[in-house]
Amino acid sequence: MLWTRKDLLGLEYLSAEEIGLILDTAESFKEVSSREIKKVPALRGKTAVNLFYEPSTRTRISFEVAAKRLSADVINIAAEASSVRKGETLIDTGKNIQALKADIIVVRHNCSGAANMLARSLDVSVVNAGDGWHEHPTQALLDIFTLKEKLGKIKGLNVAIVGDIAHSRVARSNVWGLTKLGAKVTLCAPEMLLPPGIEMTGAGTSSDLEEVLKNADAVNVLRMQFERDENTAFPEQLDYFKKFGITEERLARAKDNIVVMHPGPINRGIEMSSGVADGKNSVILEQVTNGIAVRMAVLFLVSQARDASRSSDA
Amino acid sequence: MKEKVKILDQEGVSRAITRIAHEIIEKNKGSAGLCLIGIRNRGVYIARRIAACIKQIEKTDVLTGALDITLYRDDLTLATGQPLVRKTEIDFNINDKALVLVDDVLYTGRTIRAALDALTDFGRPKSIQLAVLVDRGHRELPIRADFVGKNIPTSRKESVEVRLKESDGEDEILIVEKE
Repeated sequence: MLWTRKDLLGLEYLSAEEIGLILDTAESFKEVSSREIKKVPALRGKTAVNLFYEPSTRTRISFEVAAKRLSADVINIAAEASSVRKGETLIDTGKNIQALKADIIVVRHNCSGAANMLARSLDVSVVNAGDGWHEHPTQALLDIFTLKEKLGKIKGLNVAIVGDIAHSRVARSNVWGLTKLGAKVTLCAPEMLLPPGIEMTGAGTSSDLEEVLKNADAVNVLRMQFERDENTAFPEQLDYFKKFGITEERLARAKDNIVVMHPGPINRGIEMSSGVADGKNSVILEQVTNGIAVRMAVLFLVSQARDASRSSDA
Repeated sequence: MKEKVKILDQEGVSRAITRIAHEIIEKNKGSAGLCLIGIRNRGVYIARRIAACIKQIEKTDVLTGALDITLYRDDLTLATGQPLVRKTEIDFNINDKALVLVDDVLYTGRTIRAALDALTDFGRPKSIQLAVLVDRGHRELPIRADFVGKNIPTSRKESVEVRLKESDGEDEILIVEKE
């Protein structure tokens, strides 16, 4: 299996084998972070630019740590403090970064498809760190990696994704990745947060949390994205917690070894109780650790593929 | 058709590994403070076999580990086909150890150069020695082996194929004429 893509834009576009290759490569990279000297020279002399049009702490830092552990140089651009405010377009910004001889752009943007557009217009590698409601592939990859580490496989698992499905690129990327690897995914949310047509991705839907939890091997709990709530279409926060919050009482009726995940940041007492977030089933902090290995693998693979295609052109 | 010539059979491979084990013990005056690190993939199997031999002779366990050097290669940015990144497993401290690096074939020396770089990131062994099953010549770097199973003079047009039970089902060493 060869990785030939210069970009990682979404899991929808990948085969099960390609996803498997990223996960296997990530497993090898995980060891690097446990060393006393947490660094390998694989991307020495490469420049990675984090171009973020939306606020993000954990994803940006995770990409930054990953790039640095591969010995790449890292530049962070936060759009609100850049010439974007002066009216520069995304493509122009990208071309300027390319003119600086950067090798990889990690982009987060509030418009769905922004990473795809950038990748088409540029020769540098583009890694999607979240675009609108479309995809957040590295988050799904680290969720799947963590799940595989905990339960030993993905094929045949029942995975519930609970929460704000409508606004969630994390949910979409997870559905693509998990179903390609043979898991059964159920999206669980109040009806107003289940977008019509979402079943076309291959996932089932339900608004019966108790029933969904009973059969689940793992539950991925999404953050309620109140900052995206433009039309106040959300239920009351407390009301939501009462009906869809993951609590110890609800978990007690689920499988004993159910894996509880959350992409962070957690709204304690809204999607999930503190007892669950810090409880024995929670792998939330392991997800953060695994995120570095997964992002190292992605940066390494896209950079290798780009180098290979450039030297065969020459 | 590729022309193949068998240089060592199963018994030959086994004798070479036994001799390397004896030489390692002799040179290090026993097995105290010794550890063996194999370079993935076949170096790891050879390291484990040497460790088993040393155990038979000295009645002591020798630490073994596995090193993947992909991330330290000097040809990573060249078009060499895509190397698979595999796991490094060294679950002990290499500081102040008499470390023996183990690989199947010594050729240009570039793999060993990468391995030395990688080991530097794990600590500071007291010494690093090199054991290889085959030395086929054509060095491009100032590197030599301390323990050699078999010297095989080759031309650059040939390649040396080390086949081991663990990975290939049988033990043998072949010279293959490239087409």
